Amino acid sequence: MKILVCISKTPDTTAKIAFTDNNSKFDNNGVQWIINPYDEWYSLVRAIELKEADTSTIIHLVTVGAADNDPIIRKALALGGEEAIRVNADSTDCYYIAAQIAAVAKQGGYDLVFTGKETIDYNGSSIGGMVAELLDLPYVSLATKFEWNGNTAKVAREIEGGEEICEVQLPVVVSCQKGVAEQRIPNMRGIMAARTRPLKVVEPAAADSLTSVKSFELPPPKAGVKLVDPENVDELVRLLHEEAKII
Amino acid sequence: MSVLIFVDVAEGHVKKASLEALSYGAKLAEQLGTVAEGVVLGSATEDLSALGKYGVKKIHHVNDQILDHFDAQSYTKAIAQVAEASGAKCLVFSNNVDGKAIAPRLSARLKAGLVTGAIALPETANGFVVKKTVFSGKAFSNVSINTDIKIIALNPNSYKIIVGEGKAEVVAFNATVDQPKTKIIATNKASGEVPLTEAEIVVSAGRGMKGPENWKIIEDLAHSLHAALACSRPVADAHWRPHNEHVGQTGTAIAPNLYIAIGISGAIQHLAGVNRSKVIVVINKDPEAPFFKAADYGIVGDAFEVVPKFTEAVKKMKGIT
Repeated sequence: MKILVCISKTPDTTAKIAFTDNNSKFDNNGVQWIINPYDEWYSLVRAIELKEADTSTIIHLVTVGAADNDPIIRKALALGGEEAIRVNADSTDCYYIAAQIAAVAKQGGYDLVFTGKETIDYNGSSIGGMVAELLDLPYVSLATKFEWNGNTAKVAREIEGGEEICEVQLPVVVSCQKGVAEQRIPNMRGIMAARTRPLKVVEPAAADSLTSVKSFELPPPKAGVKLVDPENVDELVRLLHEEAKII
Repeated sequence: MSVLIFVDVAEGHVKKASLEALSYGAKLAEQLGTVAEGVVLGSATEDLSALGKYGVKKIHHVNDQILDHFDAQSYTKAIAQVAEASGAKCLVFSNNVDGKAIAPRLSARLKAGLVTGAIALPETANGFVVKKTVFSGKAFSNVSINTDIKIIALNPNSYKIIVGEGKAEVVAFNATVDQPKTKIIATNKASGEVPLTEAEIVVSAGRGMKGPENWKIIEDLAHSLHAALACSRPVADAHWRPHNEHVGQTGTAIAPNLYIAIGISGAIQHLAGVNRSKVIVVINKDPEAPFFKAADYGIVGDAFEVVPKFTEAVKKMKGIT
């Protein structure tokens, strides 16, 4: 079985969010970059677990980005994966990125394409669905469990107030979130091995961009907290009822 | 030329998030000088013509049994047929679980630019620019859709439901529906509980509760407020609470009217998932907890003493004893 894991580079979860160039660009200054947590903790680790259960499984990683993505993809390779493919293109348009991944996926003939449920920077939650449509494959989004057996997979996905378990024919595209796997820390052996694993750089396929980011803005600051005496909780309820009018 | 809104139906009933999408789509149609229409897939037990009161003139109903079970691929094909036949220029979804599965597919299928996580009506005076949340709620971006057909997925709890008068004309639509490649084998749903993403009030607790055995007072408060339960990441990681209650940057992002955080310090990753809540109440015994900086109301005190009093005060206010 062959798995393609989509990897995205995102700012660290504690990074200060600021913008430059008249609020048109994210301010990279002093930002630490990480593998998008949903891609790393859930999809990549689950792919590695599937390979541990059946060592004939092949894992490829794909990322769409410029050369500054290489440390991130190496870090992902230190966790697992036989080889990585970087499509040499920089874009914030989901469709353009999905078209690149779909082109790689088409060539590789994968049984499973894993994405994270979203990236923690642009929160698009779109790549998996677009890749699935471009490949005319089924798509299970927001997965919380993933098992496979022969040519089908059993996937649990989030629904409002619970989960739905479905059986799906392979090949399939699945977006992963918490529950699918548990975070792992790369070990020294993995880090050393990652240096020798191939990282192929390919040029982008022709694709349109359908959207463009015009500007960013930060939310207005909060007015400040109104503290209530712990001995007078009735006052809090009164404020929520009469002042905030929400209960 | 119309605005087409996907009406998400579960077990025969229209989801609240779709009522928001309908209200948003109707307003958008007005802004664009066109009409709003809805599309419903599968059986519905509700009277669909009543959706007219949210501003839609017409409901295209694809009443095919295959569509009673959600499948992203077959839903996409059915909606695309309705969109093409009705000449929709703009498609509106809720950015809920089903919207996240199908809006991107339709974007790729129709080659229509998509903005997910929209929080306001687009600016259409010069182009078509949609405001959306980015960096897990820590910022917003204004995204221009540069294609003829546009798709917007509206964040839940971001647009007020507007109820007016009127009935929609319900028209049966015969779509070619493929046999889905997914088969639903089970649904596990906590009955009687308020789904987190649809809840107007959320009661959330963290490590300050010291252990899962202490959650009774949190549940009591949630029940008194008809609120959904949530928790911080360490609590879900320690399996004190189920993963689906985890809110924050790597959990569920929510935007309720009221978020009550108990024994949660307010790490930046947690704030990212909840800072779009309209009002935040923080109860923490540590006056230095960073969460107080993001709060509207706060109590510095021991949760084990404050929370039961809070529940009693709510019951008293609501006249429940």
